[in-house]
Amino acid sequence: MSPRRVRAGSDAVGRQDRPLRITVDGEPVDGIAGQTIAGVLLADDRLAWRRGRSGAPRGVFCGIGVCFDCLVTVGEERDVRACRRRALDGDVVTTQSRQDAEPAPGTEER
Amino acid sequence: MTHRHVVVVGAGPAGLAAAEAALSAGARVTLIDASDRPGGQYHRMLPEAYDAARPEVLHHGWRAFDRRRRRVLTRPRCAWWSDTSVWALERPDPERPGPPRVHVLHGPVDGGGRRRLTLDPDALVLAVGAHDRVLPFPGWELPGVFTAGAAQALAKGERVVVGDRVVVAGTGPFLLPVAASLLEAGSRVLEVLEANTRGTVARGWSRRPWQLAAQAGKSGELAEYAALLIRHRVPCRTGRTVIEARGDGRVEEVVTARLRADWSAVPGSERTVAVDAVCVTHGFSPQLELPVAAGCALRTSPGGEFVEVDADQATSVPGVYSAGEITGIAGAPAARAEGALAGWLAAGGDPRASALRPLRRGRDQGRAFAARLARAHPIGAAWSGWLRPETVICRCEEADYASLCRAATRPESASARVAKLETRAGLGPCQARICGPTVAELNTRLSGAPVEPPAEGLPAPVPHRRPIAQPIRLGELAAPSEPAADGSAPRHL
Ligand SMILES: Cc1cc2nc3c(=O)[nH]c(=O)nc-3n(C[C@H](O)[C@H](O)[C@H](O)COP(=O)(O)OP(=O)(O)OC[C@H]3O[C@@H](n4cnc5c(N)ncnc54)[C@H](O)[C@@H]3O)c2cc1C
Ligand code: FES
Repeated sequence: MSPRRVRAGSDAVGRQDRPLRITVDGEPVDGIAGQTIAGVLLADDRLAWRRGRSGAPRGVFCGIGVCFDCLVTVGEERDVRACRRRALDGDVVTTQSRQDAEPAPGTEER
Repeated sequence: MTHRHVVVVGAGPAGLAAAEAALSAGARVTLIDASDRPGGQYHRMLPEAYDAARPEVLHHGWRAFDRRRRRVLTRPRCAWWSDTSVWALERPDPERPGPPRVHVLHGPVDGGGRRRLTLDPDALVLAVGAHDRVLPFPGWELPGVFTAGAAQALAKGERVVVGDRVVVAGTGPFLLPVAASLLEAGSRVLEVLEANTRGTVARGWSRRPWQLAAQAGKSGELAEYAALLIRHRVPCRTGRTVIEARGDGRVEEVVTARLRADWSAVPGSERTVAVDAVCVTHGFSPQLELPVAAGCALRTSPGGEFVEVDADQATSVPGVYSAGEITGIAGAPAARAEGALAGWLAAGGDPRASALRPLRRGRDQGRAFAARLARAHPIGAAWSGWLRPETVICRCEEADYASLCRAATRPESASARVAKLETRAGLGPCQARICGPTVAELNTRLSGAPVEPPAEGLPAPVPHRRPIAQPIRLGELAAPSEPAADGSAPRHL
């Protein structure tokens, strides 16, 4: 086991979980409303989902939108920072690889 | 009556205090944050959808924060623009001196069809905070290696723990709250490693460190974390750090080593520890792209580069104020004091008002605390001894140490700009936010040429210069923006 969500029943903050489901490369993944896409993936024990230039696996590094390691495609939108975008029920997430040459952000259509 | 319009960027401890003070001084305020909830890093709130009954268990000073945020966000003179990123600041023409035009995008993070607006404030308060600085080491690009801030944000912000067997390493008091959060959420923290030696830490804080921390409003918190670590029997060691992470496609073990005061590893002191996650921080880097875009002067201190401000939190640009961790790393209480000063003065409040006296005192204590913090938790110059030729330096482009060495020592690429184009270090999606300071430091050391000779046809070597501060899509750029400058800024977007 590795990353996981604190169980609602034993969570000191006393939270109410409302389930949601997204798909990642076609596979269903369950999360709860309010989580980021990165949070949903991590809690599903997925530590990596993107591939760097060399093909090396990447997931979350900075967790706050600075490093761009966690990029995913949501629906038609490429290069969405998974650590900052909240998951919505039904989101269709596709993983990305830098091997298929992404232009640098802010310079071209991403 | 027309009110002065103060735009505050960032709703963390500094920005929220700035908004409150500017409102008290009679201004109309637009408070902007990229996040959907206020609080910033320190008071990172749980998602609204969690409907948490007891959010306060994860926070210090929750009551005061909760009251403040309600007070500020419900004021009719305050427009709260959540989910809104400032992606550019446009300098006014010389004819019209004053704060820059603020360009924002409102909508889902990195979404394609966000609303584009511009604001022309009478005064601007920048309170955009900082992020972890992490030095490279072999294997730091493996999944399962997190910044300490990432572990904190996930635990506090959505109740996700990064692993079950975790080592927390690096330098600075931030190691403690991160370890505490992991314990609270049920992880096993195997050890907490402060890279600086006991001697460096003790000398840096010099006499009466606790008193100083008390003045800066941090002692209760730190004592609580220390007690928690003792209760869980978590070993806290000084003069030791993680010098390598290993694993097949993810981190499986880390190598730690004893360090001398200069952070050179003591040969033979290595230990291997099986982990499923490691959290690392070597201090904080302020997010300087907006202040740099606004034209604010920076200052260099032992802790790095920060926005320069005067005794009134004013930057070098008329009408632009700055507060919180972009002016120095001194913790949330100091950020609040700075924010309150900045907001009040940005709103045109009386600089002699008696209420400012304790704020100025708090700010000055915060600055003293920041100076000691930097002295007690420096980055040792010999850290680069951990690097191997194949160690990744720039995570985005996977430029390794060997390529950086080659580029830096060849005369034709001794210029940092040429080296950058050759190795591609710093040209990836993060725009050198992560590797920038490291590449600059290594380059200076390797080439022995700190001064940049001008090179034709290449961008100026100004670090932190990111005219596009947050990603914007071509479609959004092509769409016309709505001016919200005439006092009609919508209260909620
Ligand atoms: C991930 C992380 C976790 C931390 N956790 C703790 C902790 O638990 N305890 C502790 O003592 N210290 C913590 N710190 C240190 C912390 O930064 C300070 O104590 C405190 O939060 C600083 O306050 P601030 O107001 O200066 O900045 P912040 O709290 O960082 O607030 C800055 C705000 O600006 C917003 N912002 C930035 N850029 C833009 C933009 N372009 N457009 C719109 N909005 C923008 C951000 O969304 C953020 O909400 C943490 C730091 C980090 C990086
Ligand atoms: S993990 Fe760094 S941007 Fe998402």
